[in-house]
Amino acid sequence: MKPNVSDSLPVYDSFKQRSLAISEIWDAYRYRDAIFQLTRRDIITRYKRSVLGVAWTMLNPLGMMLILVIVFSNIFETGSTYAAYILSGLLVWNFFSQTTNAIVNSLRAGAELIRKIYIPQSVFGISAILTGLVNFVFSLIPLLLVMLGTGVRFTWALLFTPISVILLALFSLGFGLTLATIGVFFPDVTEMYQIILVAWMYLTPIIYPETIFPERIRLVIANFNPMYSFVKIFRATTYLGRLPTLEEFVPAFAVSLAMLVFGWWLFTQKAGEFAYRL
Amino acid sequence: MLTDSNGLLPLQLEPGDRVVLDNVSVCYHLPRAGMGTLKEYLIRALQGQLAFNDFWALRNISFRLKEGEFVGVIGVNGSGKSTLLKVISRVLRPISGHVLLRGRVAPLLELGAGFHPDLTGRENIFLNGALLGFSRDEMKEKFAAIVEFSELDSFIEAPLRTYSSGMIARLGFTIATDINTNVLLADEIFSVGDTEFIKKSKKRIQKFRKNSVSTILVSHMLHQVQSLCDRVIWLDHGRIVAEGNPVEIINAYKHKQISLKEK
Repeated sequence: MKPNVSDSLPVYDSFKQRSLAISEIWDAYRYRDAIFQLTRRDIITRYKRSVLGVAWTMLNPLGMMLILVIVFSNIFETGSTYAAYILSGLLVWNFFSQTTNAIVNSLRAGAELIRKIYIPQSVFGISAILTGLVNFVFSLIPLLLVMLGTGVRFTWALLFTPISVILLALFSLGFGLTLATIGVFFPDVTEMYQIILVAWMYLTPIIYPETIFPERIRLVIANFNPMYSFVKIFRATTYLGRLPTLEEFVPAFAVSLAMLVFGWWLFTQKAGEFAYRL
Repeated sequence: MLTDSNGLLPLQLEPGDRVVLDNVSVCYHLPRAGMGTLKEYLIRALQGQLAFNDFWALRNISFRLKEGEFVGVIGVNGSGKSTLLKVISRVLRPISGHVLLRGRVAPLLELGAGFHPDLTGRENIFLNGALLGFSRDEMKEKFAAIVEFSELDSFIEAPLRTYSSGMIARLGFTIATDINTNVLLADEIFSVGDTEFIKKSKKRIQKFRKNSVSTILVSHMLHQVQSLCDRVIWLDHGRIVAEGNPVEIINAYKHKQISLKEK
């Protein structure tokens, strides 16, 4: 058939939705301005409202770090750089716990929109991660200051840090999308998740040095707790001032990609039902 | 040739088609009360008491919208009017049937989608536009016209929470309609703003028609439907009862309403 003028317009066909996971990537790309605008909104409204603005993003982890240092420096053999050790772990953990919750909430906050206009739902998740990344960059400033203050050595390995952060972000996106999908059908899962987060945090060497575990238990945690890998590679380039070893990097890389693919797949499979359920 | 209901002929967009619906059904498959949590769900599943309510919002709807056509949809509350618009605007994917669209569909279902009270009018214009699927460049081009039409000039840099509800409604309407679109979906849009603004918005809708934009208007205001539309669809319980000439359909509809009231 010969195409005429109006044939050049884009066509939507509800039958030809063969791969939801793939078409959502394109849709999210077409809506990249929406992702950017949502991120911008979240950052602007957050910093406009509080008097201290950006400062809170930096003071929060610092305050928490201070408390933990005071409490735990008497319990563990910690050494002078303990504050930097804690803070580097805390930043990774906070990013994960905050963004995964933010993805669930942003989808819920977007429910009004999702019920009424067409919008690729993944833009809410992606923008929540981007907002988290912006906040993360701000919170790196206190980390660098604490490293300086406690006498941690700065090395070129620091330049590798963005890669660790990107892997962490991809993992969090995948995990958050999974959680959000389940949360649409069962809202109480989000409540359970808060409890799981607390347990999860204590199973990750953030506050304590991992050497407090016997070798066997440490291996179990290393193999079954993905957050262990992300804390480890982030700490390697900041706190330890060295590149992550291959044994540290490969699991983090594999787990973040696998989580992203799974989360994206699950989310897009179910996204068609969100407008019915939210 | 809309004859593929038996799966014999593949449905196709013919030249000039904007929207084609073939045998579209939408069913809300909702868990019965008290099954909204995972805990409840698991308990009921173990007891073998998972129960769902099925609500058919649309049943076997077929229709075609041509370029430049103005179609009205009437029916009582809950007859499926809004669901129909949601299927066309891709908000709901139908349970069965086939939806084909050509060109850009602009929904006027949610005026001011995603407006944030702490952002200025300017910021909200870009946010709202992006959520409706328009690029930043498109919005930049339209910005001045949007401010002018919505009559917000001096307020545009003030946060939205300082606006009156009329101003917000005006802004929402203007953004949603100040765009290049091929199909416009309007759900009770002329209830926005004062009479002066309603006049203005009607003019704008008429202009769309001249530019061969197709429009579907859902409204309870029958005189409005009659004066604007080329064709009217009457929905009841998710089915098309009648379709055709506005005067005839609206009269039939009115008769039905009156006879129902008398019973």
